[in-house]
Amino acid sequence: MYGALWRLLPGSVWWRIVQLIVLTAIVLFILVAFVFPWLNGWVNVSEVTVGT
Amino acid sequence: MTVSRSHHRGRGGKKFSILGLIGELLITAGVLVFLFLGWQLWLNDLVVGGQQDKAATQLAKTWAKSTPTKAPASGKTVVDYGAPIVPAVQKEATKFAIMYIPRFGSDYARQIAEGVSTTDVLDKGIIGHYPGTQMPGAIGNFAVAGHRTTHGAPFHEIADLRVGDKIYVQTADGYFTYDFRGLEYVRPTGIGVIDPVPQSPGVAPTDRILTMTSCNPMFYSSERIIGYAVFDSWQPASAGPPAEIAATAASEG
Repeated sequence: MYGALWRLLPGSVWWRIVQLIVLTAIVLFILVAFVFPWLNGWVNVSEVTVGT
Repeated sequence: MTVSRSHHRGRGGKKFSILGLIGELLITAGVLVFLFLGWQLWLNDLVVGGQQDKAATQLAKTWAKSTPTKAPASGKTVVDYGAPIVPAVQKEATKFAIMYIPRFGSDYARQIAEGVSTTDVLDKGIIGHYPGTQMPGAIGNFAVAGHRTTHGAPFHEIADLRVGDKIYVQTADGYFTYDFRGLEYVRPTGIGVIDPVPQSPGVAPTDRILTMTSCNPMFYSSERIIGYAVFDSWQPASAGPPAEIAATAASEG
């Protein structure tokens, strides 16, 4: 999977590394901005109220 | 020989790549789980906590504009300002008070909103007021809930409170000072802690109590930790903030 991605990316080794860093940053941003807040509503770590 | 070797390598490589794909997916899933945990337990907690400190500052500023406060008179004897002005019952998710707990840090300030909805109040790092319990300063029980871990965790250090610690509640009209009295641990169904007289259903209240509820143990919900405080004094907004939180409140003015 990652091997295929590496082969798909054009350019020299360093240029590919730069592209991978950018792609990772984009993925992390999507996770933090959208996926994790949505998931957070489902994964309730702790209930803090009584009588529920 | 060369052909057969390359053919053999090709087959082996293909077989390996299917296993490899599954392996890569599993590793990716594992990394994502750890990323989420890191985000939930640490990053989001920090971000929401910081936002809430700022939001409390902002709320205090808007009140300061409507009621100009004088600088607190230092070395002055305790003044009796009469009966406290009890705020009116608020609509769900309305932020109507700010809690200051110097034990949690000199810059600790968190908003209190009506209701204990997770999505509208608690998960935003705001302290939630149990609907139907009394408002601050009223005879009875001002009961609130807040996260102890994650979501900005307003009650993260609730177990560090010591008898006599001051808890300040600011409303648009003034400042309520409560004295911390003690902790209690109850089951999640222990609704008695928010009774007008805690754990005494049906008894008519004569005191002004503050009850804080949070989760126990940390990161779990099998029990609840309860903190009790009793009303000590009240001063109107025009008298300025109590001396202990004057620096915090001044930085907000």
